Amino acid sequence: MQGSIAIDQSPGVQYLLRIGDTCLILGQRIAEWSGHAPILEEDIAMSNMALDLIGQARAVLTRAGQLEGQGHDEDQLAFLRDEKDYRNLTLVELPRGDFAFTVLRNAMVATWMKLLWERLRDSSDAELAGIAGKAIKEARYHQQHAADWVVRLGDSTDESRQRTEKALRELWLYVPELFESDAVDDAAQAQGLGPRWSDLREPWLAEMDTILDEATLSRPDEAAFRSTGKRGVHSEHMGYILAEMQHLQRAFPGGVW
Amino acid sequence: MSALAAVATTRCERAWDVLGTVLDPEVPALSVRDLGIVRDVIDHGEALEIVLTPTYSGCPATEVIEHDVLAAIAKADLGPAHVTLRRAPAWTTDWISADGRRKLSEYGIAPPGPAAPDGAVPIRFFGRKADVIACPRCGSLHTERLSAFGSTACKAMYRCISCREPFEHFKPL
Repeated sequence: MQGSIAIDQSPGVQYLLRIGDTCLILGQRIAEWSGHAPILEEDIAMSNMALDLIGQARAVLTRAGQLEGQGHDEDQLAFLRDEKDYRNLTLVELPRGDFAFTVLRNAMVATWMKLLWERLRDSSDAELAGIAGKAIKEARYHQQHAADWVVRLGDSTDESRQRTEKALRELWLYVPELFESDAVDDAAQAQGLGPRWSDLREPWLAEMDTILDEATLSRPDEAAFRSTGKRGVHSEHMGYILAEMQHLQRAFPGGVW
Repeated sequence: MSALAAVATTRCERAWDVLGTVLDPEVPALSVRDLGIVRDVIDHGEALEIVLTPTYSGCPATEVIEHDVLAAIAKADLGPAHVTLRRAPAWTTDWISADGRRKLSEYGIAPPGPAAPDGAVPIRFFGRKADVIACPRCGSLHTERLSAFGSTACKAMYRCISCREPFEHFKPL
């Protein structure tokens, strides 16, 4: 078995891991729909979006490894870190749920990523700015596609509406984590690496309100609960997704095909 | 005559010619030059540097293209070469050449229109007026979108109401 690697805890590296891991874990989650989506077109859409997200994750994790300077490449970072060293938002590790849950989460995350990539285009790190310049276009398309589905399911039959409302209640518990700033954020802002995530809150709520209004859904109140995935303290679902994702590289270190 | 012409042509120019014969593995109607992903060819004396810009972050063809480019340069006997990836500025479908657009259309893929200006793009919802895409077979504008995503990340699926044929559209990006 391949042992785990330890990761530098400096704020710049942590900031990049939060972004790269969020892309990677959501990509892994929505790829679970391959072969299972309700219609063929959505099967293809999910696989395509998962590919974009994993491509973004590869680029960001590669950059995180370079900044860390310990010689860790994208594969080592993806496959050889333990759960506590993963820094993704808890929101993206939740099980895929039903289709309403999936499209609503995709709309929430794509909206957030779009706003983040927009600002990262001005990063003091030229490589990160370059990655953002590409990813922003993909995030826009993902947001558009997911938002269409939220409207279609929210403003439709009783069944689809009930499911979308239930998904909204469940997912909204994890929203505060998207906008809680801490020392990692402050350092990124100070270095010009990227924005404080708290600065994304107002534009994100405005865009989500546009989507929810069109879907005739009401935005829930903010929860008191605080999820902590970006600080390495994850939900009970995280270990399982990592076990599935990492098994092969742990059992057959360096295996390629 | 051909030997003289070859002498008069620089190594970079010959490399550009070779790159015009390397086909995109997923859209084999286009060369990597037509696609606009070859951004530069630099002669460093010993080695030739070929600068590529990836199309989509997760495009699985990127690595195949790198391999194919190097194989073609080696086959043309242009000496040692390596590929570097340049991310910025990001690739846009506006870089697909006029020749490339014609080839796409002949291949049955509706070419992309101009990419959206790089600014805030408002969210639009179902019921919006969809972009009008001309059928690459009969030219009819009476077409409809079947799927926002297609067989590769860069395409969407459409059908023509006039000639009844399905077709792919290269999405503007």
